Amino acid sequence: MGAKMVEFNGWDMPVEYPAAIGCGIINEHMAVRTGVGIFDVSHMGDIRLAGPQALAAVQHISMNDASRLAVGQAQYSALLYPQGTFVDDVIVHRLGEDEYLLVINAGTREKDFNWVRDNTRQFDCAVENLSDDFTQIAIQGPKAVDTLQKLTDADLSAVKFYWVTRGTVCGLKNILIARTGYTAEDGFEIYIPVDEATSARVWNEILDAGKEFGAVPCGLGARNTLRLEGKLPLYGHEISDTINVWEAGLERFCKMEKPEFVGRAALEKAKATKLTRTLVGLEMTERGIARDGYKVLDAVGREIGYVTSGSPAPFLKKNIALAYVPPEFSPVGTAVKVEIRGQGVGAQVVPTPFYKRPKK
Amino acid sequence: MAYPTDRKYTKEHEWIQANGNSATIGITDHAQESLGDIVFVELPKVGAELAAGKTFGTVESVKAVSDLYAPASGTVTETNADLATAPEKVNKDAHGSWMLKITLKNAGELDGLLSAADYEKFVAEESGH
Repeated sequence: MGAKMVEFNGWDMPVEYPAAIGCGIINEHMAVRTGVGIFDVSHMGDIRLAGPQALAAVQHISMNDASRLAVGQAQYSALLYPQGTFVDDVIVHRLGEDEYLLVINAGTREKDFNWVRDNTRQFDCAVENLSDDFTQIAIQGPKAVDTLQKLTDADLSAVKFYWVTRGTVCGLKNILIARTGYTAEDGFEIYIPVDEATSARVWNEILDAGKEFGAVPCGLGARNTLRLEGKLPLYGHEISDTINVWEAGLERFCKMEKPEFVGRAALEKAKATKLTRTLVGLEMTERGIARDGYKVLDAVGREIGYVTSGSPAPFLKKNIALAYVPPEFSPVGTAVKVEIRGQGVGAQVVPTPFYKRPKK
Repeated sequence: MAYPTDRKYTKEHEWIQANGNSATIGITDHAQESLGDIVFVELPKVGAELAAGKTFGTVESVKAVSDLYAPASGTVTETNADLATAPEKVNKDAHGSWMLKITLKNAGELDGLLSAADYEKFVAEESGH
């Protein structure tokens, strides 16, 4: 389709599609916020756990409480190291009585699969790497439901956010349809057979179905600006193997009332000690764009932290960033500076998420 | 794309149009196309000295920061204030969107730069077409 491609963790992926077909990062971003955008996210990984002790296995490796999931329900969670830091973040889907699907990041496919397999050996549960078995397409935006409904017999209005269903999609039977996404908008992710002919056909049918709503193909560039506006973490940036759950501000997905899970003991201990850094949202108050890795300075120019993710925000029309700073700099309104090419440029701490989709 | 013949070009994808002892500088259509949506242009202040081949500012797209390289040496006399509020003008018309004007230190420096035809060839080779 003439997209600008980039190598991403071993995958050849589009950063953005051509301006000539109405794309580019900004247009793609706006399409998702106002209409619908289509992403090929097959690079994501999929791990299936099935068996009599599948729930116990998931409970052991995942910090959220999977026992709360009804069949057909999903939740955001993370896999932690014993130190309470992140192996990866994950969406846990309960597909059946004793069947769970973990959808994980592309860059961590191998690591995650090995981690899950090695840490669940004691449970009566089969662990399968299904990453190469699916093409995964995300349809995101306020018009995602209208777009996808044209192509499926499943009643999408009956699928609540973070629930899944199965239905015929583009003539393909028994397709997993999840009302999930990484854009801070309503939307769906579908998992279809991986062969190129089927994948291409479905991709084109979805774009066609969405045409009346302004559907465009969207690449990694827009994927990043969309998730950033919604304060959704990105592995290697807001979360990593050296950052713990409390620092990342993900406590609401971490159920310490579970008696046991990998990382729980370290988190319990860490809870008793003061945080040395916390994740905050920043908005530039002076001209300049804060970017990944830039230093954050206090009002007199001393280094206090760093930007984990920073970019222009196309919908909000501001330059925003997420950054780790000491807790004393975290109150909303605190003035800081971001070092941009040797100069301290003014910014302030703002509430997050930067963007929340309007309630219907 | 046929590049305007009323100016010279650099391998860093800038153009420079001389008018006697002063010159106007911008980036090429190929540059704006490669960059994608331009969201920020950082230019030097009036009075600043440019040295040929050295960086003098930046142009930023959503995803990346790109350096601007001086096509020739000189002193900045004017910068395009429009670009502070409407940087996307460069995407719409790169050859018509000037970034800054300078007084040339040595007009002879332009002789070593690429003609429109040479630049077009350079772009084609770089893109592997």
